[in-house]
Amino acid sequence: MLKEIFNKQTKWSVMRNLIFKEIDDLIIDSLGIVAFISFFIGGVVAIQTALNLTNPLIPQYLIGFATRQSVILEFAPTFISVIMAGKMGSYITSSIGTMRVTEQIDALEVMGVNSVNYLVFPKIIALLLYPFVIGISMFLGIFGGWMASAYGGFTTSEAFIEGAQMDFIPFHIAYAFIKTIIFAMLLATIPSFHGYYMKGGALEVGKASTVAFVWTSVCIILFNYILTQMLLGS
Amino acid sequence: MIEVKNIEKSFGENKILKGISTIFETGKTNLIIGQSGSGKTVLLKSLLGIHTPEAGQICFDGRVYSDLEDDEKRELRTEIGMVFQGSALFDSMTVAENVGFPLKMFTKDDKAKIAERVEFVLKRVNLIDAHKKLPSEISGGMQKRVAIARAIVNRPKYLFCDEPNSGLDPNTSILIDNLIKEITEEYEITTVINTHDMNSVMEIGDNILFLKDGLKEWQGNKEEIFYTDNEAVTAFVYSSNLFKKVREAHLKG
Repeated sequence: MLKEIFNKQTKWSVMRNLIFKEIDDLIIDSLGIVAFISFFIGGVVAIQTALNLTNPLIPQYLIGFATRQSVILEFAPTFISVIMAGKMGSYITSSIGTMRVTEQIDALEVMGVNSVNYLVFPKIIALLLYPFVIGISMFLGIFGGWMASAYGGFTTSEAFIEGAQMDFIPFHIAYAFIKTIIFAMLLATIPSFHGYYMKGGALEVGKASTVAFVWTSVCIILFNYILTQMLLGS
Repeated sequence: MIEVKNIEKSFGENKILKGISTIFETGKTNLIIGQSGSGKTVLLKSLLGIHTPEAGQICFDGRVYSDLEDDEKRELRTEIGMVFQGSALFDSMTVAENVGFPLKMFTKDDKAKIAERVEFVLKRVNLIDAHKKLPSEISGGMQKRVAIARAIVNRPKYLFCDEPNSGLDPNTSILIDNLIKEITEEYEITTVINTHDMNSVMEIGDNILFLKDGLKEWQGNKEEIFYTDNEAVTAFVYSSNLFKKVREAHLKG
């Protein structure tokens, strides 16, 4: 399947429109839910950290520091990706699976279209913008943490910002975006595979979506472990 | 002309096609009929290249499909129009976009030229008013006509139809049959139709292939089918009282 994705490319004028459509469906349509989740989880991370800092000797700026580290290193790249495995993954599997069930993929093949390239390649290209989504998630997660801390009375705005800027290691951002790109490829290909090769009817489309979500999540978690060990472990 | 030479196809232990040979002629409506499980769909999918036969040859105007390179196969497929049982229209596209899709994919025509051709074909199938609608917004019969329009828009040499009348009312079925026959004769296409509909057999069967248990049991045309004494054919075609009476009336003249 991977070879077929890049074989016999669809005409550029058609592919360009498909890519824009996928950017709209996969990236733009995900921004709302990502913004909502990131803002509130960022807030909860900050509150939880604050509530667990019972020792008065531990400085308050640690809330900002812990929130930043949690959001940038794990929450935004990994857990948003697991959530996206549900949202984007089920959309990809069900849309391709429905095309399989209703013979639309057969129609493409009979016309002489490389259906794998036509259906999967634009998703891969669209998901190259996925780091942009994760960047927004990082910003809103930290922003949510700041709002919850400062306006919830857990610490001062200055202390949170001081912590959020403390001991900043730029490579952590690179690490997060390297993970994000790998996760984006998993998000594009695993659900596509399950949709493309599914057999049966409408019920099986639902089952394929569930299986795709499970496998995408498992792969994201495994790759997260491997990449963390490789990039930060040494 | 499509020439099928002794093709065989199995799925696991189950041999579906057991050496079928026939010729589907150009400018004629060639019908494949037979009971469920007789191998009609497998034969049609083999002709389309969706299934690969284990033995035998399929020749498209002298081109042996199995001998073609991948690029040549894709090229050949652009000469094929297909009407699927469920229409297989692309849900996210309007009627006009569905019909124009093969042109957009395989020609260098500009938008205006594509729109002109789409309009012409939609007029041909009497659907010009529906061009902006989505497939979900039109009836089953209209969807079939859109599928026919999409199949012929690129001026195919070969047209395949898988049960084009399934799920349609009798009036719409006749409309679809007549449309396919007119198009076949008008554009000199080799049309192969897989059907269960005995009305189609009587109306448009220029060349009828009857399959039984993966073998060619009988071949003839809509006239000859009235006079055949092949028991399997008569049991299948004249299973209803209506068609029995039609046959009797025809034989009496």
